[in-house]
Amino acid sequence: MSTLWRVAEVVSGVPETESSRTIGLRVDGLNGNLAGQHIDVRLTADDGYTAVRSYSVATAGMDEILEITVDELANGEVSPYLVRDLMVGDQLEIRGPVGGWFLWRPTDPNPVQLIAGGSGVVPLMSMIRAHEASETPSQFRLLYSLKSPETGFYREELLTLSQESPKLTVDYFYTRKVPEGWPSAPQRLTAETLLANILPADVAPDIFICGQTMFVETVAEWMVLAGYPTTSIKTERFGGTGGIR
Amino acid sequence: MGIISSGFHGKRRTGNPALPPGQYETASFPVLTAGPAPYIATADWEFFITTETGQRRAWSWDEFLALPQVDIRTDIHCVTSWSKLGTSWRGVSLDTLFADVETTSEFTTAHSYGGYTTNVPLQDLLDGQAWVAWEFDGEPLERAHGGPARLLVPHLYFWKSAKWINGIELMPHDAPGFWESNGYHIYGDPWREERYS
Repeated sequence: MSTLWRVAEVVSGVPETESSRTIGLRVDGLNGNLAGQHIDVRLTADDGYTAVRSYSVATAGMDEILEITVDELANGEVSPYLVRDLMVGDQLEIRGPVGGWFLWRPTDPNPVQLIAGGSGVVPLMSMIRAHEASETPSQFRLLYSLKSPETGFYREELLTLSQESPKLTVDYFYTRKVPEGWPSAPQRLTAETLLANILPADVAPDIFICGQTMFVETVAEWMVLAGYPTTSIKTERFGGTGGIR
Repeated sequence: MGIISSGFHGKRRTGNPALPPGQYETASFPVLTAGPAPYIATADWEFFITTETGQRRAWSWDEFLALPQVDIRTDIHCVTSWSKLGTSWRGVSLDTLFADVETTSEFTTAHSYGGYTTNVPLQDLLDGQAWVAWEFDGEPLERAHGGPARLLVPHLYFWKSAKWINGIELMPHDAPGFWESNGYHIYGDPWREERYS
């Protein structure tokens, strides 16, 4: 039952950026997760006070272990604890994995365009990993919009995959600061730049967009105007009040 | 009591009796939708009710605005754990819209522009419990939040308050809508924490 709270043990904690960390959780009896799902995490203080937040899973199908990547929110209630205080060997409670919509399955034959704003890359990374682990030959393309190179998640893995995988293309877009030697200055993402760096509508890609509400709204709007069918676009948003969705 | 996280204190934003279990209060208004927000001009907008006998009633935007309008002050609770207390809306009560509708059906499916659906028992839509709302905080409802108009059923989790509402179909049986087919609870009472199926 996905609705029951289960105990999870922290098996790893690896910083992704200055303000974020990937946390590995081992859950007895967990039978993997689908790419794109999320879990609810519950923390309990010593007087019984509890707080719950949703986090996208970054991995897929690893049986009893899954990983979440948590970005610390200014004035956050749960994220600072998960990023700064939680230690390997600690226990917490999770519910899920849940979600039956924002999903990629290895049986999906279509090419896939992923579009991430900041930490919205997390559920898209789980799709990339599931796709890489599968026999599915479809083309995946990720457009990853970031404020600066230092805020990128999974940098080495994405670099390696983009060089070695025949079925994944990664495009970065920087809005405030670019890496050294980058061919262009930082700039706001525009409809024109977006459309020049994604799979064209005529290959009929499945599209997954995840990021802050405004980012997702804007990008989805441009794509609809450019002729991508509304039904091909799946979105997931987070509003900055704690937790994805 | 569950596992204790030593060193976790939290912000104590829960504990308010207005908050259902597992919810925390937020001052902002997060957005949760499954796809792009559809654009519907009020000139093209209508709201319909259909019954099991094929009876169909429909209101244009102007006809809808000519109906008695009520102000609603209510708390809203999202399944993703945020609650927003004391929100202000303006709209038309479903009691008004259902006044001349004859039906023996006990269930409904709400249909939105863009194809979204959600199921709500008819008795949860009547007796001052539900509205078609078009104003939020004194301003026309923004498109991202469901404008021109959305269903407002605040005693259920907020995914039941379908954005971009187009109409209500009376149903002889309960049939899961969009989120209800994708892992969410068939009814969605926040006070019983009916989040997931």
